[in-house]
Parts: sequence; structure tokens; C-alpha cells
Amino acid sequence: MNLFKKKPYVETHPHRQPERHFNQKVPDNMFIQCPHCKEGAYYKAFGAFRVCPNCGYGMRLKAQERLDMLTADYTPWDTDLQTKDPLNFPGYDQKLAKAQAATGLNDSVWTGEARIAGANVALGIMDPFFIMGSLGTITGEKITRLFERALNKKLPVVIFTASGGARMQEGMPALMQMAKISQAVARHSAAGLFYLTILTDPTTGGVTASFAMQGDIIAAEPHTLVGFAGRRVIEQTIHKKLPEDFQSGENLQKHGFVDSIVPREKLGAFIAQVVRLNQPEEE
Amino acid sequence: MAQKKTAAEVVQAARSADKISTKTLINGLFNDFVELHGDRNGGDDPAIIGGIARLGNRPVTVIATQKGETVEEKIATHYGDPEPEGYRKALRLMRQAAKFNRPIVTLINTAGAYPGADAEAHGQGEAIAALLQASYDLPVPFIATIFGEGGSGGALALACADEVWMFENSIYSVLSPEGFASILWKDSARAGEAAGLMKLTPNDLLDMKIIDTIIPEPTNQDRLLKNLKKKLLLKLADLSQLSGEELIQKRLARFREF
Repeated sequence: MNLFKKKPYVETHPHRQPERHFNQKVPDNMFIQCPHCKEGAYYKAFGAFRVCPNCGYGMRLKAQERLDMLTADYTPWDTDLQTKDPLNFPGYDQKLAKAQAATGLNDSVWTGEARIAGANVALGIMDPFFIMGSLGTITGEKITRLFERALNKKLPVVIFTASGGARMQEGMPALMQMAKISQAVARHSAAGLFYLTILTDPTTGGVTASFAMQGDIIAAEPHTLVGFAGRRVIEQTIHKKLPEDFQSGENLQKHGFVDSIVPREKLGAFIAQVVRLNQPEEE
Repeated sequence: MAQKKTAAEVVQAARSADKISTKTLINGLFNDFVELHGDRNGGDDPAIIGGIARLGNRPVTVIATQKGETVEEKIATHYGDPEPEGYRKALRLMRQAAKFNRPIVTLINTAGAYPGADAEAHGQGEAIAALLQASYDLPVPFIATIFGEGGSGGALALACADEVWMFENSIYSVLSPEGFASILWKDSARAGEAAGLMKLTPNDLLDMKIIDTIIPEPTNQDRLLKNLKKKLLLKLADLSQLSGEELIQKRLARFREF
């Protein structure tokens, strides 16, 4: 027995910086922090639908990613339209080129005809990675044509909204898209055709104040930011902090502006279900 | 002819304290004005004045934003920024105009829809969206005039008309020059520079066919009112030649161009 032997304490040096070599061996993006609940999780736990395993928030998706989650059976429309840059805005062409390269789209929305869980629809998917999904002249033209073609083909329209609002780099012609699209929605609606909007994170500004709120049925993904004015603008106006979930689809549902909160993985089935209930196909 | 103003000067003039007030405009243009209140849904927003009146001999529906003249009015109207209740009142009165085959005249001077917490909870977006759609089923002549600020969706909501006119000293823009500068350069003090880029003056917007006519704004308000009244009477007589269906088709074609 060696009773008096010094125990092997761990020695610490209070001023030494810990060496974190182990960090460097973990590849990026293995752990993802959920932007909504702030919990971290292993990326695979988010699953094929990229949904937070803790709170159910769906990560923002490029239009093509969302399309691939919904269906493999689709035909894109109006992929060749290009904006005319109505303000000759400095640096705008580079910004557009970057957004086009990042998303594979000509502007901030994908449009086309698609078959979702057996239902044929005219489909629009806005891309939050294309200049914040902002509503430019070509976005507006594509959505207007979506409704016009749907009217001719007697198809229901389904639009996934995601937008920071009217695109300031295109000025007033961008604002006019709100009116142009709204009239196309009204014509489609007057023909007795069905329009479903699915609000996704984030849906704000001029898109909220036009076609996002014009659906016969308005659904939202869980914990989607939905609002008209920006949170900071509201807080500066009323000199108060807003509750964390103030501009959420859930809160808007309480106030009567959203029909249903639908988890992302159930959206395909939900679309097919409400399309069939609203517009039974001829036997 | 006065020298052409820069965009920043037009912004200043549009917001000037000397700008003709909504009530002066209504009293100067119309006779027999009866104000009608409420959205029939639980609210009445003083930022939008609505009612019926005569223009010349003809009954019309008047819908106007107002910034208020007294301090109390300015507070109650949030300096002319409407809430959803105001837009719903406007929609109700437009539908009523359609029922009684009355032309609609809107007068707009707003920095935009009010960005308040209640406004959000009461569906500011939905209220504007409903007005934008309504222009599809209003088979009556509809003229919108922006006489000061035309702030974004909050102004567009009242301007999906057969004709959109602007006062010489007015602006119509997708956001404020301050907001534009602070997003673009993180510096709202560069608003003047932003105004130059944004194409928000009546001349720019006439070139882009966003608006149809510029209303001269002499300092003598009587002359201004007399001229505007004459123009409204002429244009309404002109539009009244068309059937309701023709008006709607023409209106759709106007906005389809953008």
C-alpha cells in the first residue's frame, strides 16, 4: 500500500487556452440549430422533409427542393422570361445573376403544371433564396400566367408563398404586380375554380397583402412567419416589444386568417384532399 | 413654368405642411357630402373618410385617406396611415357604390398602411388583398388621385382604378425613400439620393404609364380645386359611356400591362 502517494490529479492551467483540435475533424453542417426553437440536432434527424425533430419547423427550401418533395411529375412554365430592370438599378444585374445561379430559376417563383398525390394542379412555388422571394415584375408575370393558364385548362391553383414583399430594385412596376395578380386570381375565382395558398416561412409585405391572403383555403406550415409590416417597424412604431410568435401562422389562425396548420410531410396528401373536395373531377 | 424639381424636392413638397387637407379637398370638390362610418365588422378607422356626395349633379362615392389637421386627429389617424378597419370600410363603400351605380372617387395621401400590432392581428394584409381583388367586380367608373404621399400597398389598395392621377407635388412608391436608403446603404439619411433612383415622381410614373395624368398644383387652392373638379367631371362623363363590363375589361387590361 502506498498510503501517502500523491493522487494523480488532473492539472489545470487557468490561463491556457484549450486546444480544440477535435473540432476541426467535424464537417460543417453536421449539427443544425433550428432557427425557430434554437435546439440543435444531428442533420439526419431533420429527415427528408428537413423538419426540426423538436418543434416541427420546416427549414427554408429552394423551390426546386420543395418541388422534388412534392412530386416527380411536373412540367415547368415560363422559364425563359427575364426582367427588364425597370429602374436601371445599379448592381441589380449582378444580384439577379447570383440569385439565378443559386436557385436555377429565372425569377423568384417556380410555376408549372404538376400532379400531386394524384391531383392535377397549376403549381407555384416561391423561392426564399431568390432575393428573399421578393415580388418582381417577372415573378408577377409568371404568377399571373399561372392563373390565366389554370383558367383555360380549368385547373385549381396551389401556391406556396415565401417572400419579403415587393422587390424594391424594380420600384413601382413591382408594386403593380400585386394588382395584376389579384385581378388574375379574381378572374380564376369567378370561374368557380379553386385556389389554395400555403404560407411558408417567411410570407410578408406585398405578398401577404395580395395573393397570399386570397386563397379559398389558406394553410400554413408550422411556425411560419406571416405578416404585413416588418417586426422591427412595428416595434419602433408602437414602442413595445412584440411577443416572439406574434407574426406566426399559428397566431394568425387564432385571429381567423389561416384555415389550417399543416406539417410539411402531410402537405402532399392535404393538397390532393382539398383539391378533390373543392373540385371533384368529372367521372 | 417653374423650374423642374428634383425627386428629393418633390418628396418634400408631397409631405409639406402646406399640402391641401383632405377635408378641404372634399368640401371644395363635392356638394352634399354625407360621411358614412364603419366597416360593419366591429371598427371604424378615422384615417379613411368615406361617404356619398354630389360631383356636379351626379351622386358619387368618395373615399379618402386623411392625415388629420388637429393633434388629436393626427394621433387618431396615425398621421394618415389606415388600419384594416379603414380598408374594410373602403371596400364596403365601394360595393355599395357598385350596387347604386355610383362612380367611385378616391383621394390618397398616406405614407402607407399602419404598421401596428392591432393592425397585424386584425389582418392588414387580408384587408388590402381584398381591395386589390375588388377592382375586378366594380362595374362603375373609378378614378384615384394621389395628392401627397402614395405609400406602397396602403395606397395601391385604393388605386386599382380606371384612371390614376397624381398631383404635381406627390409621390407614389414601393417604400419610403428613407426605408429604401436604410435597406440599400444602411443609412436613412441618404433618402434624397434614394428618391432620385426610385422613379417615384409624377413625371417618372407618367413615363412608365403607372399613372394617367398629372394635376397641376397652383398655390391658389381655389384654382386647384376648380381645375380638378372640371377634370373629374369630364373624365367621369367619358367613362360613363362604357358599360360596367367594358369598364372592368379595360381596367384589367390597364393593370395587365405591368
